[in-house]
Amino acid sequence: MQDEPHNGQASRREKLRAWLDQARYFTEEVYSARYRGAIARARRDEDDLFMLLVFSEMMGLQNPAAYYTLELQPLLLERFHDWHQRMGMEHSPLDHFRCC
Amino acid sequence: MSAIIVLLIGLAAMAAGYFVYSKFIAEKIYRLDPDFKTPAHEFEDGVDYVPTNRFVLWGHHFTSVAGAAPIVGPAIAVIWGWLPAFLWVVLGTIFFAGIHDAGAIWASVRNRAKSVGALTGDVVGKRARSIFMIVIFLVLLMVNAVFAVVISGLMMNFSSAVVPVWGAILVALVIGQLIYRRVLSLPMVSILGVVALYALIGIGPSVPIQMPAEVGGMSGNAIWILILFGYAAIASLLPVWMLLQPRDYINGLQLFIGLIVLYGAIVLLNPTMVAPMVNGNVPEGTPSLLPLLFVTIACGAISGFHGLVASGTTSKQLNKETDARFVGYFGAVGEGMLALAAILAATAGFASFADWEAMYTAFGQGGVNAFVEGGAFIIHNGLGLPEATAATLLTVMAALFAGTTMDTGLRLQRYIFQEWGEIYNQQWMKKPAAATLLAVGSCLVLAFGAGGADGSGGLIIWPLFGTTNQLLAGLTLLVITVMLVRLKRPMWFTLAPLCFLLVMTILALLIQLRSFWEQGNMFLLVLDIVVLIAAIMVAMECASALKRSRAEMARQEP
Repeated sequence: MQDEPHNGQASRREKLRAWLDQARYFTEEVYSARYRGAIARARRDEDDLFMLLVFSEMMGLQNPAAYYTLELQPLLLERFHDWHQRMGMEHSPLDHFRCC
Repeated sequence: MSAIIVLLIGLAAMAAGYFVYSKFIAEKIYRLDPDFKTPAHEFEDGVDYVPTNRFVLWGHHFTSVAGAAPIVGPAIAVIWGWLPAFLWVVLGTIFFAGIHDAGAIWASVRNRAKSVGALTGDVVGKRARSIFMIVIFLVLLMVNAVFAVVISGLMMNFSSAVVPVWGAILVALVIGQLIYRRVLSLPMVSILGVVALYALIGIGPSVPIQMPAEVGGMSGNAIWILILFGYAAIASLLPVWMLLQPRDYINGLQLFIGLIVLYGAIVLLNPTMVAPMVNGNVPEGTPSLLPLLFVTIACGAISGFHGLVASGTTSKQLNKETDARFVGYFGAVGEGMLALAAILAATAGFASFADWEAMYTAFGQGGVNAFVEGGAFIIHNGLGLPEATAATLLTVMAALFAGTTMDTGLRLQRYIFQEWGEIYNQQWMKKPAAATLLAVGSCLVLAFGAGGADGSGGLIIWPLFGTTNQLLAGLTLLVITVMLVRLKRPMWFTLAPLCFLLVMTILALLIQLRSFWEQGNMFLLVLDIVVLIAAIMVAMECASALKRSRAEMARQEP
């Protein structure tokens, strides 16, 4: 018997939390919907430059930091295909590994 | 006549438009298909193409298209009496704007979410696309110049709003950082932001800042215009998340609060429409209602700018094709409601007819000032808010709208210059700073060229802005109509508004041409001729494109 009001409180708290989650979802969507594209593109532009730095040595560009960026290559492989396509190269420009 | 009755008739008509007419258009004309795979799903990439909840998308679409224009236009147009403005806003929303906005989304969604500009090239022809680019540039130019003039007027007339208007930028910057650095959750930040903004509005009247009437040989208005363009140039160069995004967000929240406050005050106060139903005694120099009414109120009745938003970002995020009706048509209804509020404030917000007449002494007078003063009168008497605070609230609402439109407009204009740099291979023009300077420069030429050295008479170009905006709407309607012809569906529902718009636009341009000639205003004369040529070319494009596609269809028939 004593538990009942407690349960009621708990379910009310849950309801409140669900409502807050909903509110957060909607505000975040409204906040980002309009600029999602612009921001993602700006970020992608920065990433593209970074990709060039990491893979420059493979394309015959001197890079004094190559020793360090080599380590990053496996981490960026997933994005490599999208990147070379965006840069206007239909197929992988590298001889020793082909992603497509 | 009671304002509540006018309000209820307007709202009921627009609701009927949404529930009956838009349903008919969506089902029988556009034939929206819930199973059609929209570009948001087909090309989903998390960047541009993201299926979005329709309520969120409506909010995004509505806040992107709602600005100061649906306030300024109706508030100028009530000089002919409240009935013509009311009828054009209500019927325009139902039969013009709704099907235009929803149609632009539909046309874009059915064509891989291309923008209206690209669609004009594909559907109508290359020549039409060139006209489209010129018209867009002119619209942006005029929007920026007109809004700078509007804000500078507000800053001069309502000194209590200076602190909150510029403070709002600071609030937006802080909000942007809080969200970017994920310090607080968004609902929390929203509440804080709104509280901060309204606190600024509350203290505004006690810290008025008045620009001197003359500074170093320049009028106060001109100084404000220069400051505004300086600000807009910087704002348009900043990354969007820093200022533009939080500013738009706060603006959106504020739009809903402002609308609720204004509508609530009208219902509580039930003011009488002091302005005449049809003004038989317009001030000297006021142009004839027909055709000028239809270009003075563009946004709020029909506006080509909406087509850009609808086909630019909205169509890429549409989850289901059937959502186009809610997002597009109901978005236009939202804009119509804002225009309706502006009409009521500018006609029922005065103690007597004499007060109203004192405001509307000449064409282009009154306008947004009448909206602020009339609205403040209604809010003060209806909700008991001090009149100065109410006036500050509405000034901030109008100024912030105009301000965000300027930021975005200048940014878009910069893109156009950069694109031209690309096309004509001018390296320097491709640089953001140089392109921004060009954009600002062209706007300043217009603001001062039209209004004289003090930049105060710039509202003369308002109807010119309206005509250009209607031309843009005409081009979008043309794209939709040609698509309908090719699909062998009834085309009258879009062709009739298109013809009406073109006729009114060309007539208005001719009438203005004469008045600019009589005033000896060569600058506006030339601008008018440019727009007139564009309008005639659009009309000819319409005739030839429709003839061509009908002939094509006829050839296919046997």
